[in-house]
Amino acid sequence: MGSFFYIFSENLLMELDLLVQRFQEKDRKAFEKLYEMYHINIHGVIHTIVRDKELAEELAQDVFIKIWNNADSYNSTKGRFFTWILNIARNTAIDELRSRNYKNLKKNLSADYFVGILERPDSEEEDAPDTKGLKKLVKGLKEKCIELIELLYFKGYTQKDASEELKIPLGTVKTRNRNCISQLRDNIDLEWI
Amino acid sequence: MDIEKYISSGILELYVAGLLTEAENKEVSEYAKSHPEIEREIRAIEASVLALSKAASPGLSEKSKLDELWLKIDGNDKKGVVKLKQPRKNWFAYSGWAAAAVLLVGLWWVYNQNQELRTDMQTTVDEVQQLENQIEEARYSLTQTQELFNSLRDKDVTIVPLSGQKVAPDAYARAYWKKDTQQVYIDAQGLPEPPSGMVYQVWSLKLSPLTPTSIGLLDSFATDDNKVFILENANESEAFGITLEPAGGSETPTLEQLYTLGAVAAS
Repeated sequence: MGSFFYIFSENLLMELDLLVQRFQEKDRKAFEKLYEMYHINIHGVIHTIVRDKELAEELAQDVFIKIWNNADSYNSTKGRFFTWILNIARNTAIDELRSRNYKNLKKNLSADYFVGILERPDSEEEDAPDTKGLKKLVKGLKEKCIELIELLYFKGYTQKDASEELKIPLGTVKTRNRNCISQLRDNIDLEWI
Repeated sequence: MDIEKYISSGILELYVAGLLTEAENKEVSEYAKSHPEIEREIRAIEASVLALSKAASPGLSEKSKLDELWLKIDGNDKKGVVKLKQPRKNWFAYSGWAAAAVLLVGLWWVYNQNQELRTDMQTTVDEVQQLENQIEEARYSLTQTQELFNSLRDKDVTIVPLSGQKVAPDAYARAYWKKDTQQVYIDAQGLPEPPSGMVYQVWSLKLSPLTPTSIGLLDSFATDDNKVFILENANESEAFGITLEPAGGSETPTLEQLYTLGAVAAS
């Protein structure tokens, strides 16, 4: 593991606790900082679900409105700040799909993984330069790994749902996910070094 | 506790995914506080998910949407409602409301116009009524004058000019005496306005001996427009005189206040 990454993130995240605290006291500047920090991540999560860049931006706005309006309901003992907003983003995007009368929501959610994007022929790469980063990140990860990460983090599947979807034993979801995330971390560390 | 084992169990990955129960979440966050290795591991997992979600975004449009965000937040704060779902591109709904508003304003305008026209019409009707009344009055007045005129030009009318006397040398009057109807028309146009509390009295005179008989008062002198007064006269008059008397008239004429006098021409 690259130590540089950890030093960097530790400083950043110590500041983060303070930011979150100030945000919860309805400090507008702190909220704006958090918005800048996480806006693109929230957009990415929502885009993974709705597959519409414009719609994802609008929903991301909705998510930040909810975050501001429900600042009181976040509690650090219940989890990470990012986990909290990740959950809000997933629910917002899934609600959107539901409201648009998708008949088979689960099927729709799982129908199109990153993998789909990543398997495009190279000739299309120039048309979609935005997938380059994603390709680099998941390079070397097995398809099942990418799918599992996507289901658990981006689509809010429970371990049980994911095991059924990917046809793997429930008991292996947890450890498999750990291995998949480790590979992802290795790829990130390679980027930093 | 075996920290290594705890970390490698995969529970921290699920913690970051938000897939643990409330009790498990609490446990992990407490361990993270007391064990820096766990805290560091959680951050590294989170960083990887952040990197992946960032890469999953096809990029944001260039303009910062912070202003827009605050507008929406403040708008919602004012209403006291947390608006969770933002309706998208419902121009139809907006244009529908706009059309309704325009229609409402239009209806209101038409209603006002209508009210104004009604008021205007009522005013015009009133004016027409007034003009008709005036015409009626004028017509009546004309008839009266015509009748008066016809009376005066009757062949049986004796015209008696009354000339100004000592107290009022410039004064003059005329008596038109219709013997058949025993009426005397006094044209008092040439008499000055009587002072207040005084009234002109008309006398029929017999000359030998001088016997004055009152035939009436010109008590509506000030208000009468044409200054022609109709009096009854059954006397065999030889002259007519007009004196100024105290209001109500006198039994006998006050000769010092004789304004006009004229003798009936012998026929």
